[in-house]
Amino acid sequence: MNIGLNDYLFLSALLFALGFFGVLLRKNTLVIYMCLELMLVATTLALVAFSRYNGTMDGNVFVFFILTVAAAEVAVGLAIIVALFRRRLTVQVDELNALRN
Amino acid sequence: MTADLLFYIFSTFTLACALAMVVHRNAVNAALCFLLALVGVAGLFVLLEAYLLAVLLIFVYAGAVVALFLFIVMLLDVKGGRRSNFTKSTLVAGTGAAALLAVGLLSLHTHGRITATLPAGPGVGASLKGYAYQLFTTYLLPVQIVGFMLLIAMLGVIVLSKRHAGMEDVK
Repeated sequence: MNIGLNDYLFLSALLFALGFFGVLLRKNTLVIYMCLELMLVATTLALVAFSRYNGTMDGNVFVFFILTVAAAEVAVGLAIIVALFRRRLTVQVDELNALRN
Repeated sequence: MTADLLFYIFSTFTLACALAMVVHRNAVNAALCFLLALVGVAGLFVLLEAYLLAVLLIFVYAGAVVALFLFIVMLLDVKGGRRSNFTKSTLVAGTGAAALLAVGLLSLHTHGRITATLPAGPGVGASLKGYAYQLFTTYLLPVQIVGFMLLIAMLGVIVLSKRHAGMEDVK
């Protein structure tokens, strides 16, 4: 059986689902953030596969931008987490409930 | 077919590492599993002939992002956390999402109208020239905006990590 576009999309969806369940199930903010990054990587895989099978360049260039934005996003997000930790001394989401009620 | 075999090897490796990352209690081990999953995805990029993107993924993600994650995890010295207790809403959301995903994948495999044949010749993503041409013509404005956004992100991180007067740290 030949590997086609469907297989890459299948793999991408599975990776995205794994990241999504990580976001849902984990309580550590840092691990949740890592799972978000996994979801981003899964979408880039789908974009690259589309680009390869369509013979166009646009998906690859989009992945280029996604990598840049993800790098900036990680820097800002981790700075926020560190600032949060300095104030509250925890990164567990169920203890960060200051805005509840 | 070696390409098919490589696809199976890389995809199982990536999925196993991603699963290990999600279920691992220790945050450091999760970050290392994420690193391995990224290496697997970079291998898949090479199979799709996007060589530049594979190298960039290793440099930016495995080099910078995971290193930053590891640095923060070790700096904060957080424990892995307790086993998550399922609330009812989490269970409902998880079941709904799994059902949606299953329906989507099933429809992809039964009604998938996407042509699965590779276009002839080498992939367009293989040549560096293609990227340069696209980035400096069609996508010139997004390149400028992204550069500006990186500057703003840098300034934002500096402001966020400064100690402000009146916001005392917890001792």
